[in-house]
Amino acid sequence: MLRRLERSDRLNWSVIEKYLPLYEKATVLTLKIGWLGVLFSVAIGLAVSLIVHYRIPVLRQTAKIYIEIFRNTPLLIQLFFIYFGLPKIGVSFSPEFCGVLGLGLLGGSYMAETFRSGIEAVDKIQYETALSLGMSKAQVMFHIVLPQAITYSTPAFVANIIFLLKETSVFSAISLMDLMFTAKDLIGLYYKTAECLVMLVVFYLLILLPVSVIGSVVERRLSYASFGD
Amino acid sequence: MQALGIDVLLKGNNFIRLIDGLCTALRISLVSVIFSIVFGIVFGIVMTYKNTVISVVSRVYLEIVRIMPQMVLLFIVFFGTTRMFGLNLDAELASIIVFTFWGTAEMGDLVRGAVSNIPKHQYESSYALGLNKAQTYFYIVIPQTLRRLIPLSINLVTRMIKTTSLVMMIGVVEALKVTQQIIEANRMTAPNAAFGLYLTVFILYFLACWPISLLASYLEKKWSA
Repeated sequence: MLRRLERSDRLNWSVIEKYLPLYEKATVLTLKIGWLGVLFSVAIGLAVSLIVHYRIPVLRQTAKIYIEIFRNTPLLIQLFFIYFGLPKIGVSFSPEFCGVLGLGLLGGSYMAETFRSGIEAVDKIQYETALSLGMSKAQVMFHIVLPQAITYSTPAFVANIIFLLKETSVFSAISLMDLMFTAKDLIGLYYKTAECLVMLVVFYLLILLPVSVIGSVVERRLSYASFGD
Repeated sequence: MQALGIDVLLKGNNFIRLIDGLCTALRISLVSVIFSIVFGIVFGIVMTYKNTVISVVSRVYLEIVRIMPQMVLLFIVFFGTTRMFGLNLDAELASIIVFTFWGTAEMGDLVRGAVSNIPKHQYESSYALGLNKAQTYFYIVIPQTLRRLIPLSINLVTRMIKTTSLVMMIGVVEALKVTQQIIEANRMTAPNAAFGLYLTVFILYFLACWPISLLASYLEKKWSA
């Protein structure tokens, strides 16, 4: 075992250099699908949280069911169902679209909860004051409630984005050539496990570390806003 | 309905195998949760000490867990250790190690949050009432911490169960793998079985997680008042 350790603790840089373009391509794909999914989920989340907030009759119950279903099932199963199950009843999508759709639906349910609790955290007196100042309902929402709600929900929002970008690793299961798929493929083909895994970790760090750092800076800046009360 | 896989599901012991696969996933998550809670409580209490080394190490650990996808960790532990150290880990053991590593960080963070959220006046009032340090912890701090902690850690259980669906990627035969096997075995006779079977797994996972999340939100509501 010791000899094996000695032999393999040095990385073969020429291998890394050779695989680098593949990883770069995979990173671009991961980023593209990840961020599209995040955008999609923010849109869904905002819509759903407003529906729940305004208690729109039928839509509200639908939204509740949607949130419960997608919060309580794993993304991998959702993707398998969308990608392998739905074509059997005549609904088929490309893998990229499936990825964005799955991520968007999963993220939408998390984002909806985040935004809802943010909106709920805004004090009732804020609504009443704004209404008594003669603002319309829409004005109250966009000028008074949402800015404060965003401040309250930023930490959870950032955590959700990181969670969603991490979840993109699941896409390899539906044959999307993302980072995870590339690493798995190369390990299977050339058996350069150490190099492939190190590159995998480095590229995920490159994707997620900036988000984490920027997120915590934004969190700190926005937390000044809540010192007023 | 026949064409969509319900018949395949009920044929032979297919459904029993599916449930068996789900039980494998649940077993992995249960074992990991127990370890995570034990280690997480220790880790969380350690984090409340104000010490530079401890805070740097724990910050790095938390950041790694926060940033690395669980799948990457699974690959590193399962394939990496085999290749680099010649350790031949069982896939189930590898996944328990990874989920415990991940869960300990999550749990530790929850414990730290719950402990440091207890307002200072709680300690001071209980000292003023003549309780000693042990009594303060036992009667004042721990009950309040548990009230905050239990709903959050129940949520961790559902997340753990959801994440165990990934272990199929390193070759553990759980619900999703069993489904694939059943679909492959019946590829000729029931080509459309995939729809019904994947829907079944979807529902099974939902049924496994939903009651637990309901319990968590019920407790959260009950105890927050």
